[in-house]
Amino acid sequence: MGKQAFEGVKVADFSWAATGPEVARLLANLGAEVIHIESNTHLDLLRTTGPYRDNVMGINKTNFFAQYNGNKYGISLNLRHPRGAEIARRIVFWSDIVIESFMPGTIEHLGLGYDELSKAKPTIIMFSTCNQGQTGPQTKRVGLGTQLTGASGLHHFCGWPDRGPSLVWGAYTDFVSIPLGAAFLIAALDYQHRTGKGQHLDMSQIEATLQFLAPQLLDYSVNKRIAGRAGNRCSWAAPHGVFQCHGEDSWCAIAVFTDEEWQSLCKVIGNPEWTKDAKFSTLLARKENEDELESLINDWTGGLTPTEVMSKLQAEGVAAGVVQNCQDIQEDIQLNHRHQFWEMEHPEMGKHHYEAPSFILSKTPAEPRRPAPCLGEHNTYVYTQVLGISDDEFVELLADGVFE
Amino acid sequence: MADSLLDIYRVLDLTDEKGYLCGKILADLGVDVIKIEKVGGDPGRKCGPFYGDNPGPDNSLYWWAFNCNKRGVTLNIESSDGQEIFKRLSKSCDFVLESFPPGYMESLGLGYSALSQANLKLIMVSITPFGQTGPYKNYKSCDLVSMAMGGIMYLCGDTDRPPVRISCPQAYLHAGAHAAVGAMSALYSRTRTGEGQHVDVSIQASLLSTLMHARGFWDLNRVVLHRGGQIRSGVTEKTGVRLLWQCKDGYVCYNLGGGVAQSLSNQNLVNYMVSEGMATPTLKETDWKTFHFGRASQQQIDQLEEPIGEFLMTHTKAELDKEASERRIILYQVATVEDIFNSPQLASRDFWVEIEHPELNRTITYPGPFIKSTQTPIKLSRRAPLIGEHNEEIYIRELGLSTEDLVILKQAGII
Repeated sequence: MGKQAFEGVKVADFSWAATGPEVARLLANLGAEVIHIESNTHLDLLRTTGPYRDNVMGINKTNFFAQYNGNKYGISLNLRHPRGAEIARRIVFWSDIVIESFMPGTIEHLGLGYDELSKAKPTIIMFSTCNQGQTGPQTKRVGLGTQLTGASGLHHFCGWPDRGPSLVWGAYTDFVSIPLGAAFLIAALDYQHRTGKGQHLDMSQIEATLQFLAPQLLDYSVNKRIAGRAGNRCSWAAPHGVFQCHGEDSWCAIAVFTDEEWQSLCKVIGNPEWTKDAKFSTLLARKENEDELESLINDWTGGLTPTEVMSKLQAEGVAAGVVQNCQDIQEDIQLNHRHQFWEMEHPEMGKHHYEAPSFILSKTPAEPRRPAPCLGEHNTYVYTQVLGISDDEFVELLADGVFE
Repeated sequence: MADSLLDIYRVLDLTDEKGYLCGKILADLGVDVIKIEKVGGDPGRKCGPFYGDNPGPDNSLYWWAFNCNKRGVTLNIESSDGQEIFKRLSKSCDFVLESFPPGYMESLGLGYSALSQANLKLIMVSITPFGQTGPYKNYKSCDLVSMAMGGIMYLCGDTDRPPVRISCPQAYLHAGAHAAVGAMSALYSRTRTGEGQHVDVSIQASLLSTLMHARGFWDLNRVVLHRGGQIRSGVTEKTGVRLLWQCKDGYVCYNLGGGVAQSLSNQNLVNYMVSEGMATPTLKETDWKTFHFGRASQQQIDQLEEPIGEFLMTHTKAELDKEASERRIILYQVATVEDIFNSPQLASRDFWVEIEHPELNRTITYPGPFIKSTQTPIKLSRRAPLIGEHNEEIYIRELGLSTEDLVILKQAGII
């Protein structure tokens, strides 16, 4: 087995919640040595948010923290202790990349700002991520990805045209920011490798997320249109929607774009009389009678499971897909074919799964190495073996509360 | 004069809508990206919305958005002349991006193993709905089906209606972004091994991160979370908190929550309500530092939320957004594109950029870079190419074909 893509790359991960830690984990999945730095005095929000194994709360029992921190070493360090910053600096000078997601201004206040660090180590790459960027009138505004998703415009686009918005699930802005940030960060690593020059990256999660709204932003820019919700329909396809199937809360998405696909759909349904009605024979006709069309298709899907609908239609070249819940996802035969979910055993959570990258590298694939760390789990190893602190000094710092 | 991050590299971009964003990201990083379109133009040029609401191959705002910073040529890769030209181009390029069905490139003699024999450093990035291999590899998809199979759709939508997708299509964009990470990872790996590799991107897998912690509920405790409309389910297995709230002229995004940051936010909202005489005794008496959402019943949560809902209805979203910022409440307006254009924060960070459209005799305001860099800033320097705009520049000046060759190839439908 060859070396992994980021073997030998060292990352100091001071971040928390989702964006920073998951960017670090993407590197760790491909061989980077990542040290995740936390403190008992200032817990990551995710360490106190479930789901907890068996619903028993505990900072080492939540999957929400674990999913973003697999494959890393975990240490505890009190950055606000008088000697904390000095230890943090040692970690930074060990690393190639520093990832942080503090409120802007904080890392400078801790004596670990980019300007200062880069004077001592010009090759350092610092990746800073926060809601709205390191500068500007709202740089220090409190926020989380869940609510920032509102400011990013996404919620407005989710739901039905005849009523208010439905929420877009989750801290969506984090999940757009992660791959965009990681792509630039790795490019910066390549640049540093070639030129010896580091840099400071300032990623505003809202600016990253707006990339995924670019056509709609241009639509306002040139046409002054304030676009909104369209449910599941598509203006140039019919049927195009989500249909109820047999079973509780069971649905299948179906989309027909061409005459050929329409005929295939009719064939799968069994060419009932209604499919021959002129009301449905052209796209424009189907759009005009779309309510009735959807009702008739629902009559058909209602007798089948979502998987049956999907398989029958896909076999005839029609785009159809089960609306998968999280059980379906974890049991999905295609995702499992790609080894999408790594099973690892965690000391307090037992066996559970971590997501592999969504891309497979043919020669240097990603690998599971270790489950998410319990808080401070690797203190001894990292401080004494990786950073080279002597046993005596380690014990002294420990007693002084530096590793709280 | 700022450096460009990756300007020593070159990409041949054969993707359709499924992969445009990958090439766009690489182009933003400074890579020389050549978008190769079918003769007559890429089918993605049919994607709306359109400039002036006028559908036409040069007016697709979707095409504009995700193909700016690229140069463009036309090429019929199903012809032998087209394949030979492509092979010549790929000998000296670093990346080939494609989003054809699995096996298609191989069938043309342009698969990874064929191309890498002539260019060991080549990195091929293949983006497909489900991946290059596996039981669903030949399944047909679109944004709707991808959002369904990727899991996020199940968690979005009102409880009295079907699950719903996001009306501005997202699935292919997640794939493009993840593909860029794969491309960069292969590039970095190549610095040590000297060899490229094949990067197999699944659109379905690229959506999994949007599930956030939902899969964990199943993984640990065999609990399936459901959509809740404007309520975010999953506080515990049985409880949820309201996330979208109606206000005087729209909606805002806020939820009660636990943890240090949110308990402060809860308190600050209550203080705001107190200052306007709208806080109930229950709200005033709740000690947010010790209140445990993990142990509260839905009824208790509803009791806290009701007066908050009434209060928010008395203000506009702009007022609430402003007060939230000043009072440190974790609340943001549910913004429209107009609100976003008017954001003082984005303006102060010079987020919007003007890109010239000489064919329209004007500049147009585009969203700007997705990240800022002290060393190698992203530059948005050119609009998306017209059909075959750079055929001469690339085929004649760079590849060395003659003007006569180009006339022949054009007439034969090769370019």
